[in-house]
Amino acid sequence: MIKVENLTKRYAGQTAIRDLSFEVGQGEIMGFLGPNGAGKTTTMRILAGFMPATSGRASIAGFDVFEQSLQARSRLGYMPENVPLYNDMRVTEYLDYRAALKGVPHRRVAERVGDVKELCGLHEVERKLIGNLSKGYRQRVGLADALVSEPDLLILDEPTIGLDPNQIRQVRELIKNLGKQHTILLSTHILPEVEMTCSRVIIIHKGRIQACDTPENLLGQIRQAGRVVVEAKTGKDDGVEELKKISGVREVTTKPEGDWETFSMRVESGLDVREEIFKLAAARKWTLRELSQQRATLEDVFVEITHSDHPEISI
Amino acid sequence: MRKFWTLLIREVRGYFHSPIAYVVLVFFLLVSGVDFYFQVSFMNQRPASYTVQEAFFNSVFFWFAFVLIFPLITMRLFAEEFKLGTIEPLMTAPVRDLQVVLSKFFGALVFYIVLWIPTLLYFAIFQKITHEPAANSAGAYWGSYLMLLLLGMFYLSVGCFASVVTKNQIVAAVISFCAITLLFFMGLIQFILLDVSSGARDALGYFSAIEHMGTFSRGIIDTRPMVFYLSMTAFVLTLTYQAFQSRKWRL
Repeated sequence: MIKVENLTKRYAGQTAIRDLSFEVGQGEIMGFLGPNGAGKTTTMRILAGFMPATSGRASIAGFDVFEQSLQARSRLGYMPENVPLYNDMRVTEYLDYRAALKGVPHRRVAERVGDVKELCGLHEVERKLIGNLSKGYRQRVGLADALVSEPDLLILDEPTIGLDPNQIRQVRELIKNLGKQHTILLSTHILPEVEMTCSRVIIIHKGRIQACDTPENLLGQIRQAGRVVVEAKTGKDDGVEELKKISGVREVTTKPEGDWETFSMRVESGLDVREEIFKLAAARKWTLRELSQQRATLEDVFVEITHSDHPEISI
Repeated sequence: MRKFWTLLIREVRGYFHSPIAYVVLVFFLLVSGVDFYFQVSFMNQRPASYTVQEAFFNSVFFWFAFVLIFPLITMRLFAEEFKLGTIEPLMTAPVRDLQVVLSKFFGALVFYIVLWIPTLLYFAIFQKITHEPAANSAGAYWGSYLMLLLLGMFYLSVGCFASVVTKNQIVAAVISFCAITLLFFMGLIQFILLDVSSGARDALGYFSAIEHMGTFSRGIIDTRPMVFYLSMTAFVLTLTYQAFQSRKWRL
């Protein structure tokens, strides 16, 4: 659906993205991840035909986004960051206008606009001026606009930014459902979102692709895959020494809390040492209060990939 | 064609959604109404060799209001879209740059025409009350309103251009005001500098809105200014189109 080859974009004096190449297949939900200023918005704007690349090629459904811009644009629904909208229009009026502009046939406009209002929960505000809507509703209007022409491809730039947790959940569900019929490219820096919705993830940093894989594989790659936390009363035993004897345990840190001690340990990836720990505790007559394995999150992957040469990055 | 109409309708509606349209309408009706009243009362005091209609279209009041309205009409056209960022959803929809430029120009033109419609009433009321014709012939009406349209197209295209080069509406208004005033006064140079060569005088004469209006409001339809204003409009719109396209490379 999307094919990007060696895409580079230079602004005056700085390179926003360099030599990006990736593909997004039909029906995929591709997550686009990266710290602020990594080049996510630039890439999406190029794909949406809003600005040309300095070099390289990009195509949507086989149409070059620059040479055959009209055909490419008529196949996508794009929701820009911060969702700029005409504040002096009413919701329905705006969606009617956008539908007509995107070439939805005249007799289908009312039906399509009704559908997207339903889908995005806009019925209660349909008569309101867009300028008077809350951030969450503006976001939904932007999403409804992207959907109104039933495009094959949706490009969503930070669709959940500025929403409250309930709205984020709703939008996430919506995106997941949309993924059944549409190809979606979405950017975000909310990591659980990507983990929950995307079938593949691209991590971009300083204008380069650092990783491109399924969320599961990315998690598998990361070194600190397993971290086990044990909270126990070990009596006179030296818990750290005992735990270190279990094969696969790398590094044990401890934090005493009265009689109790919390051990946190790194484990070689792919190993589950919890059974061993339980047996050890039983043999030594330790009292266990907690025994849990912490899964590495995409956050760990993200930090590991983007942290190395840029310590002050926040996510 | 449907996309052009969709854009055009939005532009025209956009005017009536914004308070500035009503400010312009009120200001303009006030000034032109006062103008009309003064002309009539002035002509009541002494015999005049011209008609009410000629006086109305050639007074200082008229020109004063005339050059002021264009920056107000055109300043928001592109600048507002750039400022609000709505240019992004607009230009990622499958529309051509040319459709956008033309829809904005014609949207402004429609508003401009709406602005002038009430002035027809002045003449109707005048004739109703005085039972005297306000003009010598129907051609005088046609001539003056045709000139209004031609001048309007040219100055509106200048305003479009001013709006496309900036994202600040005030800057756009200042640019178009300066440009239109300059164009307007260029036509006056020939009256001020008497020793310019006849060639320069002829060339400057083409810009003389006052002279053209004088001719046309008497019902004399001269094709030279018509060709001049139409081709200048096309030229400035082409510049606007080019400037609009260049945004992609300036980003």
